[in-house]
Amino acid sequence: MKYLYYPGCSLEGTAKEYHASSVALMTALDAELLEIRDWTCCGASAAPAVSELLSHVLAARNLALAEQMSREGGDGGPDILVPCSACYLNLKTVGEKVKTDIGLREKINTVLKEEGLEFNNFLNVRHELDVLVRDFTADIISDKVGHPLTGVLAAPYYGCQCLRPFIEFDDPEKPRSMEGLIRATGATVFEWNMGPACCGASHMSTKPEVGMHLVGNILRQAKDADVILTVCPMCQMNLEAYQKKVGRACDENFNISVVYLPQFLGMAMGVPETKTRLSLNLSITSEFKDKYRRLIDAPGILMPESGGSLQKENGYV
Amino acid sequence: MMSENRLKTNQPGCEDALNRVREMMSACIQCGTCSSSCPNVFAMEHVPRKLWRLLLDGRKTAVLNSKTYILCSSCYYCTLRCPRGLPLTTAMSHLTQIAGKENPGLFKESHAFYDAFLSSVETHGRVNETQFMALYFWEMKSPVLPLKYAALGMKLVSKGRITRPFLSLKKRSKKLKKLFDTTREMETRP
Repeated sequence: MKYLYYPGCSLEGTAKEYHASSVALMTALDAELLEIRDWTCCGASAAPAVSELLSHVLAARNLALAEQMSREGGDGGPDILVPCSACYLNLKTVGEKVKTDIGLREKINTVLKEEGLEFNNFLNVRHELDVLVRDFTADIISDKVGHPLTGVLAAPYYGCQCLRPFIEFDDPEKPRSMEGLIRATGATVFEWNMGPACCGASHMSTKPEVGMHLVGNILRQAKDADVILTVCPMCQMNLEAYQKKVGRACDENFNISVVYLPQFLGMAMGVPETKTRLSLNLSITSEFKDKYRRLIDAPGILMPESGGSLQKENGYV
Repeated sequence: MMSENRLKTNQPGCEDALNRVREMMSACIQCGTCSSSCPNVFAMEHVPRKLWRLLLDGRKTAVLNSKTYILCSSCYYCTLRCPRGLPLTTAMSHLTQIAGKENPGLFKESHAFYDAFLSSVETHGRVNETQFMALYFWEMKSPVLPLKYAALGMKLVSKGRITRPFLSLKKRSKKLKKLFDTTREMETRP
């Protein structure tokens, strides 16, 4: 499996651990990621709030660069893998828009031409979760699990933009795609209905009282879970970074582990901590850490020095 | 039909933009599915359904002065559920664009945030959080605002979860500068 990879700005900064764990996970799954050369910002949620054309042009520039790489490969593929839900939405939106708005593609290409680029819209843009559930499937991942996370209660949190408005790989109101992956790791799915709820996105910065209300509702429902799993840097930051503040505002005490899905899968597959980068997370409880340590220190199971899975080498099936 | 009572705006281009949003919403049946789907409705004085009513009635000032569109967090629930299939989330972001030009002082915290973000992208190609937040604080001209972010900022710095400040992306940034300029120029063309 080969993918063109669009990390997006967050994965260079505040979501470094999402980047590291995604790359490590894909390596462990024998997939190759080709980072789009010279990629730039997709416009995030800022460009659509300022200029529609700019938001489309910024996204299309990256797709045009990906198309160049695809042409060099000569096989018409591969798909573009995007870990960040906001980037995924922006890149996907421009592709969908130009299908019905020919004038828009012309406008975009007028701008891109100055850089010698042309956007032809022949590549598929896919969210990392989509790739994990449909290309690799829970069965393949389960075969690679060397450290079953037995007894860990994991709450799947999807957020909004990988599910809506484009319905690609899951039910946009009652998503379940992460559940198979959680079971594949040996962990138990925490049943709740906040999976597709909104974390408030940038409200946490610009309208904190509103953002805190939304985040509080999610954290409250997750209180009995061991860990919340996320697939978006914005959701991850909102859920992990403000627990004390949100708790103070609603007179509760939140102390909940929040990790990216590829970090969690990597833990179960024996990807070393130097690659899952769990030390970068802002909210990992000592209970969660202890539970994980006990699981990986179990007899006969060793942490490998380098990436990849270790299931069969250590006699663990 | 629309031309008889066009919504007048102060800034050039905004009038057409606002009338386009009104046309986008003209098939609204006022069922209120959007309001009951919105996670931010608790903080609004006009629920989304009412905003669309005001817009269709041509009440420009009431529309642009309402917090409704600025409180949209782009969760796309309303767009998903609208029985008329209207692009409600897109309409909300169009209103934010118009408001940013017509009255940037009203919801300064949001407009300044978006502008600072895009300035960073324009100069660096990718967003640089350190520069972006510095620009945001500068725009807001509030001496206490940075303090609210200090604890989180320090935590992120200590973890190394911050892009190296002013990471040099000279070649790319020049290209994006041009991309921004051309896009702006195309947008102001009649």
